[in-house]
Amino acid sequence: MTTKLFGEPVRRREDARLIVGKGRYLDDIGSNALAAAFVRSPHAHARVVDIDVDGALEVEGLVAIYTYEDLHGPMAEPLPVLIPHPQLHAPRTGYPLANGEVNHVGEPVVMVVATDRYVAEDVCDRIVVTYEELPVVVGVDAARSATHAVHAEIPDNVAARHHQETGDVEPALAASPHTLSFTQYIERSACMPMEGKGVHARWDDADSSLRVYSSTQASTSVRAAIAAKLELSLDKVEVIAPDVGGGFGVKINHPWPEELMVPLAAIALQAEVKWSEDRREHFISSAHERQQRQEITVGYDDDGRITALDVHIWHDNGAYTPYGIIVPIVTATQLVGPYVLPVYRVIVESVYTNTVIVTPYRGAGRPQGCYAMERTMDRIADALGLDRALVRERNLIRPDQFPYDHHLTFQDGRPVIYDSGDYPGLLDKLKALVGWSAAEELRAAAAERGKLLGVGMAMYVEGTGPGPYEGGHVQVLGSGKVLVSTGLTSQGQGHETVFAQIVASELGVPIEDIEVTTGDTRRFGYAVGTFASRAAVMSGNAIALAARGVREKALRIAADVLEVDPGDLEIDNGVVQVKGTPGASMPLRTVAVVSNPLRYAFDEAAKQATQFARPGSDDKPPVAVGDAPGLEHVDYYSPIRSTFASGAHAAIVEIDPATWEIDVVKYAVVHDCGNVVNPMIVEGQVHGGVAQGVGGALYERMVYDKDGQLQNASFMDFLMPYASEVPDIDIDHQQTPSPLNALGIKGAGEAGVIPGTAAIASAIEDAVGRRIASMPISPTELYDLMRNDDSELTAACARRSGTGAMA
Amino acid sequence: MKPAPFRYADPGTLEEAIAVLSSEGAGAKVLAGGQSLLPLLSMRLAAPTTLVDINRVPGLDTVEATGDGVTVGALVRHNALLHDAAAARVQPLLARATANVAHPAIRNRGTTVGSIAHADPSGEMTSVLALTDGHVTVATPSGVSTVEWRDFFVGPLETSVHGPAVVTSAFFPALPDRSGTAFAEVARRKGDYAVCGAGVVVTLDADRRVAAVRASYVSVGLTPEVHDLTDAVVGQPADSADWAAAGALARTLVDPDTDIHASADYRRLLVGVLTERTLVAAAAEALGGTE
Repeated sequence: MTTKLFGEPVRRREDARLIVGKGRYLDDIGSNALAAAFVRSPHAHARVVDIDVDGALEVEGLVAIYTYEDLHGPMAEPLPVLIPHPQLHAPRTGYPLANGEVNHVGEPVVMVVATDRYVAEDVCDRIVVTYEELPVVVGVDAARSATHAVHAEIPDNVAARHHQETGDVEPALAASPHTLSFTQYIERSACMPMEGKGVHARWDDADSSLRVYSSTQASTSVRAAIAAKLELSLDKVEVIAPDVGGGFGVKINHPWPEELMVPLAAIALQAEVKWSEDRREHFISSAHERQQRQEITVGYDDDGRITALDVHIWHDNGAYTPYGIIVPIVTATQLVGPYVLPVYRVIVESVYTNTVIVTPYRGAGRPQGCYAMERTMDRIADALGLDRALVRERNLIRPDQFPYDHHLTFQDGRPVIYDSGDYPGLLDKLKALVGWSAAEELRAAAAERGKLLGVGMAMYVEGTGPGPYEGGHVQVLGSGKVLVSTGLTSQGQGHETVFAQIVASELGVPIEDIEVTTGDTRRFGYAVGTFASRAAVMSGNAIALAARGVREKALRIAADVLEVDPGDLEIDNGVVQVKGTPGASMPLRTVAVVSNPLRYAFDEAAKQATQFARPGSDDKPPVAVGDAPGLEHVDYYSPIRSTFASGAHAAIVEIDPATWEIDVVKYAVVHDCGNVVNPMIVEGQVHGGVAQGVGGALYERMVYDKDGQLQNASFMDFLMPYASEVPDIDIDHQQTPSPLNALGIKGAGEAGVIPGTAAIASAIEDAVGRRIASMPISPTELYDLMRNDDSELTAACARRSGTGAMA
Repeated sequence: MKPAPFRYADPGTLEEAIAVLSSEGAGAKVLAGGQSLLPLLSMRLAAPTTLVDINRVPGLDTVEATGDGVTVGALVRHNALLHDAAAARVQPLLARATANVAHPAIRNRGTTVGSIAHADPSGEMTSVLALTDGHVTVATPSGVSTVEWRDFFVGPLETSVHGPAVVTSAFFPALPDRSGTAFAEVARRKGDYAVCGAGVVVTLDADRRVAAVRASYVSVGLTPEVHDLTDAVVGQPADSADWAAAGALARTLVDPDTDIHASADYRRLLVGVLTERTLVAAAAEALGGTE
């Protein structure tokens, strides 16, 4: 047993429980609860003319049917705009149940509560909703042309026009030795956690209190939203995130209609009510992300150094904007990456479409920003005939330029000032890891096997760990058990392990004695949530501060008992001892006992703390002024601004020029998230992110038809990569500690997904010699590109004879 | 994603199964492996009044390989057929195609005959039944009859068998002498329905020249079809035949559809590529068998 665990590849403590089926997920709770199911709109845009429930009333087991008419007070108002912003000039949100109009397929119209989910769905089938269809807007280009409006009172479909600039871009472009302009697209994908959303609510009428379990990334704010919407006192509402089977962003948006409707029904019916989202519901009524049209103009000099960058993006935000313009802001501000941009202007027009809402999906706008910037680097290199790595290298922020101020405002309202980094270091490591300089030999070898080989790379900087704050509570019990809690939630990241590692290291206790609880408002009421790669940075630091507070108190109490100076004490393996003096010690559990002066000896250990066992000074109160009983401490970490992690990825693809199948044969990652709490968990995060990056580049796409029907709303047709599609991943680490927090850490959760689309697009373009300007790309699309005489050849292709020509 | 209410019966004999199907009428559906049927139920895309589960019916779970061919019973799982060495010797296409059916979990549960009765043009085994010129055996209240593959497949997810009936087995004729086979697919992900699949049989004459070439495709067309490609290569030495010409001929014979995963043109391209590739392999096998 060692207690110095920070930085060690400790095996995940939660895995045994989760793997053997002892996890407690939402649907494991309340097996006798009534079940809710929803009638959802089959139309992308329509007026609700009539809801006829008569045919459903005779179904045995029906308990209740709710429509908008049953909603009153705050519940009858639109759902909150969670993150207001001055540039979000036309925000719109839906209602818990449709109020006269539906704006995407899947929008909830009626809630049915029945004895079980089968019956509830039978009832749904018999409810007849009459709609009057309205014109449908699908895709950024249709939204932009505004032939039809999603919301009648917003005729241009523009929800927000987000605009930032760091100088006067037009003269800078005019003065640039070279410029180039291009337009590119990136498509919709989605988080697709293994477990969908779900809500269970239980009302205790005698106590007038509500307990809600939700598969959420933000239990404290869900609690506040439920209290506000249902007009309950906050202290009478508790919200618990049980084991959550993945989130990836979709569960940070809240309150979902179901998070309000299920508690409403539980209160009204005086019964437990549960709703578990099924996969089809998740496809058509949760959230998607990523679709953008990007128009880019860049100025650069003969060496490939950027002189000015002008970016205009149209961002599809779906039918509503509950999460504000966070994704557009993140794209706009993270686009700049690890590069010096003398002048930068970005405009993101966030537009409405009659499709599922767009809220953050792992990466949250960064993959799109990275795609814009990195493909720009590739274009400059191609135009100048320079190595793509060299052009990037020439534009990098140098290690001596930190802190580096981009003069932009980040998603947390704080300046984009990079705290630390070594970007040339990343690039050097990446080139070595992937064998960048040997690319031509690899290409020749692949050609002998009849394959087209290409290499691509992409770099990124990721703002992680935004505030405003998180808190931590650490308490040592008389049994020696150490309880740790934080308000933010876990969705499988390994928080039980890393937070325990931090406490073990800070407090000097065995990790076996530590129990971590997250996302339970009964244990910790103040929190923001799990998103933006922030859990380790925010709660990790808060918990470290709390552990330090406990340590200080323990040393003070033990010093008093042992009659030594606190400075002469240390805690090792759960024992407080005098440094270098064997025998002069007391277990931390005993310190915990005596920290709480007692009248009653409820157990053997408690005797030590009773009033006659350990008489104190007659002229001091048993608990000193300003002190508190118990060996515990609460602390908070509130950062001045985000930390900025970074990385570089490279992909090698092989393409079969007969079938145009694309195979990622090598994938290399260099990753810098500052000090690493647990390298195994960081690598796991990278692996999962890369898998989603490969999915976003080659497989995943939400295929809407012109009527706004999602054509592939199942796992048969929405192609997430299997293990067989994810390449082996080579990882190298670089550690540039953050100066902004005590642990020197930066977030790692989203990093792996960010550069995938950009790096793989670059590699495919390198292989085939045709411009790749729309991602993801499938073999059938690559075939279309290759046989289209109008598709643009790269300059590299023209220089390199033979490649890219059609057979 | 919960099925609408249905009745359930699990008869212990074939006669009983037919009787239940007769009494339950048009809304009754046979359940074998359930790998296609149950998802349709859960998504409420199908709502049969009764599921007649034939898993307790004896005698339907065997693979019989004779010199004439392979008879596969209605309860034989894909995985059992995949690993049946005797069947593979008699008709190598069976194992080769079955290896492309989805993933192990589905192969462990799904049945080969169920897949054929489901008549999905994206199914491998429908294509192989056609390519081998096979037939199915159907039990009805009026007795047992055989239906040639040509008469069995009517349209996507539609067969000529109506009313109370159980497809009790499928028969795949043996590979002819001096013949070789191959099967290949292009799928978006490993184990997915094929974007395009191709199975071929090459038969040589006594001089090791090409005598006959037959091909059948997966996810191409509404029902399984067999295309005779012999004309493109007939009489050519098997080790140097112009297989590309056979691929080119195949492209002119097929009429694929566009869906969200592939355009018709892309499928046509794959028909050509996979035809040529599988023919090279099948010819090599046929040559090996003649040595």
